[in-house]
Amino acid sequence: MVAHLLRLKIALLRNSLRRSTMQSVGLAIGALYGLGILGTALAGLAVLGTQDPEVVGMVLVLAGSALFLGWLIVPVVASGLDMTLDPARFSTYSIPMRQLLAGLALSGFIGIPGAITLLASMGTAAAWWQHPGAAAVALFCGAVAALTCVVASRAITAASASLASSRKFKDLSGVVLLVPLVLLGPITTSLTAGVQGVRDYLPDLAHTLSWTPLGAIWAVPSAVAAGQWAAAGGKLAIALAALAVLTWIWKACLAKALVTPPHAGNLRRSAGNLGFFRLFPASPAGAVAARSLTYWFRDPRYSAGLIIAPLLPLVFAFASSQAAGGGSTGVVLGLGGALAAFLVVWSISSDISYDNTAFALHLGAGVPGAADRTGRAAAAGILALALGILYALAGAVVSGSWALLPATLGLTIGAVGSGLGLASVFSARFTMNAPLPGDSPLKSKPGNNFSAMVVQFSGFAGVGVLVVPELVLATIALAGNRPALGWISLATGAVLGAVFLAAGLRIGARLYDRRAPELLLAVSADR
Amino acid sequence: MTDFSAHAPTVPAAPRPPAALAIRGLAKAFGSKVAVNGINLDVPAGSFYGLVGPNGAGKTTSLSMATGLLRPDAGQVWVHGVDVWAHQLEAKRLTGLLPDGVRLFDRLSGEQLVTYAGLLRGMDRDTVAHRVHDLLAALDLAQDAGTLVVDYSAGMTKKIALAAALIHAPRLLVLDEPFESVDPVSAANIRDILHDYVASGGTVIVSSHVMDLVQRMCDHVAVIAAGTVLAAGTVDQVRGELSLEDRFVELVGGRNQTAGLQWLRTSLG
Repeated sequence: MVAHLLRLKIALLRNSLRRSTMQSVGLAIGALYGLGILGTALAGLAVLGTQDPEVVGMVLVLAGSALFLGWLIVPVVASGLDMTLDPARFSTYSIPMRQLLAGLALSGFIGIPGAITLLASMGTAAAWWQHPGAAAVALFCGAVAALTCVVASRAITAASASLASSRKFKDLSGVVLLVPLVLLGPITTSLTAGVQGVRDYLPDLAHTLSWTPLGAIWAVPSAVAAGQWAAAGGKLAIALAALAVLTWIWKACLAKALVTPPHAGNLRRSAGNLGFFRLFPASPAGAVAARSLTYWFRDPRYSAGLIIAPLLPLVFAFASSQAAGGGSTGVVLGLGGALAAFLVVWSISSDISYDNTAFALHLGAGVPGAADRTGRAAAAGILALALGILYALAGAVVSGSWALLPATLGLTIGAVGSGLGLASVFSARFTMNAPLPGDSPLKSKPGNNFSAMVVQFSGFAGVGVLVVPELVLATIALAGNRPALGWISLATGAVLGAVFLAAGLRIGARLYDRRAPELLLAVSADR
Repeated sequence: MTDFSAHAPTVPAAPRPPAALAIRGLAKAFGSKVAVNGINLDVPAGSFYGLVGPNGAGKTTSLSMATGLLRPDAGQVWVHGVDVWAHQLEAKRLTGLLPDGVRLFDRLSGEQLVTYAGLLRGMDRDTVAHRVHDLLAALDLAQDAGTLVVDYSAGMTKKIALAAALIHAPRLLVLDEPFESVDPVSAANIRDILHDYVASGGTVIVSSHVMDLVQRMCDHVAVIAAGTVLAAGTVDQVRGELSLEDRFVELVGGRNQTAGLQWLRTSLG
């Protein structure tokens, strides 16, 4: 039975590769990347082996604990990161629990993160090449550690599964948990500033960690190397106990999940709230705009972007204030706002992929291409302009200089117009494997992002070329403090933005009218 | 690859007066797999037409091509005399469609979704509001009109999709598996709505696996298997002396005549 589950996982992986070459390319790149990390890690471990056993032990405990934390946190952040062997799908088969657990745990090693973790953990033996006894112990401990990582992440997933089956929680958690990720830069900067002061504290931290479930297993080889047999035995016992407890939690949650079908708590709500549909004109274009705007707030795949984009200028402002003092913060805020506005408008470049087969409604109703393109662009444009102008104003307030506001505004308007224009063409031409409706915004299938990345990159480059005039003007105006050029930038941005938007909508509409059935067929392949 | 152009000279012209739906030589292949193999079909105006066939027979593919969702490799389709692929917008204005296995914009509430479908058709706000109200009441969804469609049950989702297909009062209604996972009471309500619609001159095409339902509900039927029309006409013409189900099995074949799964018998002796 265990072997069956492993074979199933391999077959699923192989079949997903067979569906598209791009997926294979992506997986190959992922594998290369993983091998690169593994190679670096092993080389680093071998070099580490030249140090004193105390240093080796300290580094291994700290690094191992971090790896462990990663396995605990990632499944929570990216709910459904890898649910190819979703336990719920086995609920109708009477698989003995013990075998199901073993199969699911071992299948965690089939896949790049699991395999790399296993190899790197067992590779910690390389750091003990001066102490053969400890190296042998490290091989065993590495395997146990990797298994604990997988079991821990499974246990967390299973424990949160009942919570996660409620749609509201899934929508919220996917979006909210992105915030710390975006702010990772400022957070780590502050943290490292703190840590640098207490570098002497690291050995103590490692010592403490080595007696907790996080670090115990990694500390066993160093205890063996030092000949502290009692400590080695104690730490091994802690690690094995932790593994046993995690397995028990996982088993309990799984047993509960297998007999509890996903349930959607339903609050009945009667008619009366048409939302944005009331605000937009009653025309096909207006309806598409109202629907898109509703999705920006209700669909986590869109609202994730809407939450991340406004944070970026803050991150940049923080970074610039660290690097160059407070003088340029206002300018950076304004320019960051232009970038954030561009990111919002650019997300409609995969709009039809996000619709998935719901797009059939547009096609069946015979929505004209012009209405479809205009509506989608209007919704994103309203949000992006509001965001960009807000940050341009904030930048002017912070820098205390209103003379350069037109320069920033020109760049923002140009970026929004050109971005919308090109995105309208792209979304009528290309479809990609976007997360399906209802999936976490972070979810990606193995290696499906490569073709998407190529398209995205060429789009970014294209918009970069389109906004060169206002970008150059705004930069000279801002850098040389020449407000007159700022006004020219504003005029250029407004004119070029409008021209590119109009042209993009026209070309996009023509493409759409010609290819709409092909677009539906392309997104139907992925459901 | 089948050479569909060989069919071209033998394809008869569209009938006069125009049928609600006329299909001539319609064909589609996905890669090397032929899904629909040059079918001809006439759905008379004012008929309640059933489309039956085993799984994978090409029902959904045919209906997708007939409603402008999927571009055919060969063949032509007319809705009330309008060429679907030459005059797409005009043909789609005449057609209401409930596709099967297709997502909805399910982050909208039920009321918003049906309103959206109406506005997309270019209808004015007051007419849409009025019809949405009537449709939600008729389909017993008024209580849940403000709930997001993503939180609907499977049956409710079918019903809201049906409402979205009816909002513009089409002359031809194409329903792919409309009764799947719909409860018996709602199914009876839907049947009443459809019968009224046909009585007032509309045309309905339903695809279904359920032969009893088709025999009771429809006046015309076509049997499709392996991308080919095996029989088409009034229900009585097609079934003859047999029940529709027996006639269907006779046409399609595939019944196992052996003794079956001996070991499955839970004999007490």
